[in-house]
Amino acid sequence: MTAVPIAAPASLPADALRDVRKAHAPFPMGRVVAWIVAGLILGGFVYICAVNPNFGWPVVGQYFFDPTVLKGLSVSLGLTAVAMVLGIVLGLLVAVARMSKDRLSSSLAGLFIWFFRGAPLLVQLIFWYNLSVLFPKISIVIPFGPTLASWDTNHLITPLTAAIIGLSLNEAALMAEIIRGGLISVDRGQTETAQAFGMTRGRILRRIVLPQAMKAIVPPTGNQLISMIKATSLVSVIAMADLLYSVQSIYNRTFEVIPMLLVAVFWYLLITSVLNVVQGAIERHYGRSERATATIRKDNP
Amino acid sequence: MSASPIVRARGVCKAFGANEVLKGIDLDVAPGEVVVILGPSGSGKSTFLRCINHLEAIDRGFIEVAGEQMGYRLDGERLTRLSERQIAVQRRKIGMVFQQFNLYGHMTVLQNVVEAPIGVHHQPREEALRYGRELLARVGLSDKENAYPRQLSGGQQQRVAIARALAIRPTLMLFDEPTSALDPELVGEVLATMRDLASQGLTMIVVTHEIGFAREAADRVVFMDGGVIVEQGKPEDVLGNPSQPRTRSFLSRFV
Repeated sequence: MTAVPIAAPASLPADALRDVRKAHAPFPMGRVVAWIVAGLILGGFVYICAVNPNFGWPVVGQYFFDPTVLKGLSVSLGLTAVAMVLGIVLGLLVAVARMSKDRLSSSLAGLFIWFFRGAPLLVQLIFWYNLSVLFPKISIVIPFGPTLASWDTNHLITPLTAAIIGLSLNEAALMAEIIRGGLISVDRGQTETAQAFGMTRGRILRRIVLPQAMKAIVPPTGNQLISMIKATSLVSVIAMADLLYSVQSIYNRTFEVIPMLLVAVFWYLLITSVLNVVQGAIERHYGRSERATATIRKDNP
Repeated sequence: MSASPIVRARGVCKAFGANEVLKGIDLDVAPGEVVVILGPSGSGKSTFLRCINHLEAIDRGFIEVAGEQMGYRLDGERLTRLSERQIAVQRRKIGMVFQQFNLYGHMTVLQNVVEAPIGVHHQPREEALRYGRELLARVGLSDKENAYPRQLSGGQQQRVAIARALAIRPTLMLFDEPTSALDPELVGEVLATMRDLASQGLTMIVVTHEIGFAREAADRVVFMDGGVIVEQGKPEDVLGNPSQPRTRSFLSRFV
């Protein structure tokens, strides 16, 4: 049997108009209406707030860059940075200990996480601040031997040290679980290969596992950072002059409670917005090996 | 056997719980020898390979690589277990290629190849990079040195893994089913690279299902089943004229 060539049917005059390249999209009526409605509701709400004298916008503007507020802001930021860094470093150690084959290390790490994650942060802060009630003196003693050094607890525990200890221990417990989750997410074959190449445990963690775990660790850590900024407002209960404490000290004087709280809220929102951008950049950095061929880098390893 | 063997295994037993995987393996591998281990799934061949570089600890017997007992040290009459760090040092003379390639996903191809030479063997960076590029050229992947593993095909990834293992200038190379995770059309390129290495006098132990590779490249074929070595010898004898019924029935599935 021979193949019969199929002749292309003659083009109709309308065929040129059928080329989908020239098609028009229908007018998206539903979506336009939705945008208008959402815009009206949101705009209306902003307008109501803006013209409502109870919000005290002039007061907000007046105090937004007040030296007391800015000082409180710097305390909040500094406290966040210190507590976060200590929390991450300690959290990494606890996570590694928790995953250790050594029963003692993993049990101790489990106990640490259980307590500092489980007890309310506010209670932990008050507890550290009032440590002198339980232990009036802190001493370094050789068992059955002489006392090497001794301090009055009230001198060691200031609002600042209590805040740093309380926040960073709580953060370490939370970060330990986040980091452990990240380490577990890396394929076991990676560790095994690195072992076969004679790498030591520390080097495997540092060079092979941790960099690949970062993808899973960074997003929840960003979350932690943002909740930490807000958690620092708890330290106002132990007389630490953070952002919230500063605006409180002002409205205790002027009775302009709502405008001053708005000052604090806007500062917190501003900082978290900046952090969102930073987090996005970090995530892109650790995701680079996953992106398509376009991003092959030309530099040396 | 004239020269002292690179690998000397005696009475190696290994069980996972109640499951005895290795039941007394004796094997010597001479320098430059290419030994291919064949056998059905579950015969213990991969486990034995992983015992050689102590990725799995053995329960009985001993394994020596280049004259050193893996994982232990004999002082006079007292045998002591080595620390993890000392075992890591012992492994540094052995290269290994895995079924799943296991390239470091966050590193480029060249970074994968030079990671151990620079970080573990403390070679000068320039020298390691030069040799790394030379090896990539040898496996035909010079143009991929800045690619990430995810951007390569399985066959390319496995060739990078081979270059990575060669980069440490190993005394012994272990291949754990290097072609089993590959699409059929990619198996050839990896086998060609391995044949090339075999002909250059590298000491290799290869666990595989590729009978053709065993026939062409092996100096000796070892057939394992049920945790023991059933028979071994020259490829033409074991593959062409097997003396054991178990070997015959295994090989009949490939004809």
